[in-house]
Amino acid sequence: MKSKILLVITWLSAAVTFSLLIFLIGYILARGIPYLKPSLFALEYTTENVSLLPALITTVMTVALSLLIAVPVGVFSAIYLVEYAKRGSKIVKWVRATAETLSGIPSIIYGLFGWMFFVSFLGWGLSLLAGSCTLSIMILPLIMRTTEESLKSVPDIYREGSFGLGAGRLRTVFRIVLPAAAPGILAGVILAIGRIVGETAALIFTAGTVAQVPGLLGSGRTLAIHMYALSSEGLYTGQAYATAVVLLAVVIGINTLSAKAAKKIAKK
Amino acid sequence: MKRDYNEKIMRVVFMVSALAAILAVGLICVFLFAGGVPAMFKIGIFKFLFGTDWSPGNTPPSFEILPMIVGSVYVTAGAMLFGVPVGIFTAVFLTYVCPKKLYKILKPAVDLLAGVPSVVYGFFGMVIIVPFVRNTFGGDGNSILTASLLLGMMILPTIIGITESALRAVPSELYEGAVALGADRERAVFGVMLPAAKSGVMAAIVLGIGRAIGETMAIKMVAGNQTLLRMPGEFLKGVRTLTANVVIEMGYAEGLHREALIATGVVLFVFILLINLLFSVINRKNAQ
Repeated sequence: MKSKILLVITWLSAAVTFSLLIFLIGYILARGIPYLKPSLFALEYTTENVSLLPALITTVMTVALSLLIAVPVGVFSAIYLVEYAKRGSKIVKWVRATAETLSGIPSIIYGLFGWMFFVSFLGWGLSLLAGSCTLSIMILPLIMRTTEESLKSVPDIYREGSFGLGAGRLRTVFRIVLPAAAPGILAGVILAIGRIVGETAALIFTAGTVAQVPGLLGSGRTLAIHMYALSSEGLYTGQAYATAVVLLAVVIGINTLSAKAAKKIAKK
Repeated sequence: MKRDYNEKIMRVVFMVSALAAILAVGLICVFLFAGGVPAMFKIGIFKFLFGTDWSPGNTPPSFEILPMIVGSVYVTAGAMLFGVPVGIFTAVFLTYVCPKKLYKILKPAVDLLAGVPSVVYGFFGMVIIVPFVRNTFGGDGNSILTASLLLGMMILPTIIGITESALRAVPSELYEGAVALGADRERAVFGVMLPAAKSGVMAAIVLGIGRAIGETMAIKMVAGNQTLLRMPGEFLKGVRTLTANVVIEMGYAEGLHREALIATGVVLFVFILLINLLFSVINRKNAQ
């Protein structure tokens, strides 16, 4: 009898979880798709068309710039941890501990820090650059961890073979280990893109909320911020739904890609 | 010898990159504490933390954040109340009950739940959960209960993911042993496997708490944001969290007000550091 009850609760919980997800996505699609009109993709934002295209372009720029900073640093850092550092060295311990700390820090704290450091202290103002730098710190631990894991999963025989053929450590890393670890690193990068696309709290005080395509030191709002602005203004609920549809589409696309990359590793 | 030269340069480059994480944490600590702690002393630490009056617009202004600390605790606790049981049972479902074909669909669905941006959750909360709470329980809908429900939903993927991998890490001999001793599947799972995965489940809960307490936008959109100290029974009234306090007022704050907001961030940061510490202690126990 007790087992039956537990089983029923288990089924119920799963039903709650997944029907919430289906409801969320279904509801937003149903309400948002009718508002996906061509005017929503006009090149410039006006209060007439409430175009989301500038925000979409800003999002792409933010993603590109953040990755440009975080990917090399994160990958190099993981290379150091896995391929160069001595096991159990002090630096490795510190790097791991701080990376773990970084991954637990909520985005509003990143926003506060970015505003104090990049916007005020360095004097960049509310800008694409300040926002991207803030986000690159936020995604750094994610890139580090996924790269570290995929470097570790490359069998040592590869390295030994390469050393045996007379290649140095650097050559081995770039020619042999990195290519073998690429799908795992890619999966991490895609996850990082997902976090950037969905981010609001860390951007609102660093990149600002202006609805335009910004230059490097100009303020611009990403799609998520755009949606936040629309829904808190309360005037453009329909367009907010439509923006949510675009955001969800991007997120679903990113998840599919990342799963594909992850499957590629599993096959090896 | 050129290659040796490259080798050395790149070694330094790699090492400097590795130091980036340490540098970042250092900078964040320095700027946050230097920006916020002086304000705490100016206001008085005890007054700042345990006073109940937040009125930045008054003359003289008053900056006391107990209502927000309590607010964060309420919505986090509420989220746990809903998210932890549903999450753990869903993880059990995914690990032991669910047919393999269904699993192939549901597992990516959990990842999707994790990937939905918090503004979208917040918006969903505004248009669905707020009216639902208003019509079912009364009040204006922007309440502790609404925020807890939404937040509970948002931490589900965290709880499910970590609990599931903890359950899968338990050796299957335990399960087989229990079944051999005459237990049915449910008893084997809930009597043997789940207790064996206890520390993993604990880690899931702690990480969920961290997520919940740090969530900003979604909470701000549904919680009402009044800076009043609420009693535990007033879950249909609005509340403001530490995170919401920063995001609502940071845009226009100046002088001591701004510093007090940074100090609010410091309090949040200290909470998070404590939670991280707890998490790594649990994980270390797991590793042993």
